[in-house]
Amino acid sequence: MQFPGFLLLAVLVAGSALGVILLRNPIHSALFLTVNLAGVAALYLMLQAQFLALIQVIVYAGAIAVLFVFAIMVLIPGKEETGPDPLHAQRWLAVPLTGVLLLEVLLILRSGAFQAGPPAAGAPIGVEPLYRLLLTDFLFPFEVSSVLLLAAIVGVMALTKRKAS
Amino acid sequence: MVPPSYYVALSAVLFAIGVLGVLIRRDPLIIFMSIELMLNAANLALVAFGRAHGGAAGQALALFVMAVAAAEVAVGLAIIVSIFQLRRRLSVDELSVMRG
Repeated sequence: MQFPGFLLLAVLVAGSALGVILLRNPIHSALFLTVNLAGVAALYLMLQAQFLALIQVIVYAGAIAVLFVFAIMVLIPGKEETGPDPLHAQRWLAVPLTGVLLLEVLLILRSGAFQAGPPAAGAPIGVEPLYRLLLTDFLFPFEVSSVLLLAAIVGVMALTKRKAS
Repeated sequence: MVPPSYYVALSAVLFAIGVLGVLIRRDPLIIFMSIELMLNAANLALVAFGRAHGGAAGQALALFVMAVAAAEVAVGLAIIVSIFQLRRRLSVDELSVMRG
């Protein structure tokens, strides 16, 4: 029964990956990359890797995609926005559509579909096996990765520091 | 439950798209994004194999891949920005020397 969800996510992920490499405008590529990373996070959820899905959203969709957008803004000075807004007609649809969305969410909440049931007993879900592994078998790579991140921080600061002239 | 081989197949597709992006684009930013796509594909395969194998080792490895990817993007974008400040153009074909 999970299969339709997987198919939908697979199409989304592959399509947004194609969007990343085929679109002309780098900012569109960065936005499609964000869609792709979020789709992969949802796939992690389907694979019962909840912690990894959260980290994927925080690190990739949060930090790395923002870093890409920031670099694009620095590197490619956009053209002055002149002329009429091409999406002007959509602006008038925004308020009613948002209202409909709010109404929909409220109706769903009122319908009682989200009543908290009793907590599932003995569910083996969680990060406990992961962090146990990280702090025992993978302790050395774990520490080395902290050194790597520190080296990256120092390296980026050394690379981008302007010469005092 | 979806069999893990489907996830691995999807990961292969994503990896191929990433390779294609590296090969057909000249913009270093897009090449970096394609590299991110490939790292993600590898992560997806790791998690899928970890799920098939049982245990959390696949997830632990994927976590390390994420840490390396974050460091790589930060340093790579810094290099691209400093190259851009020197040359004012962005194309990997023109970067045949690595001298500042």
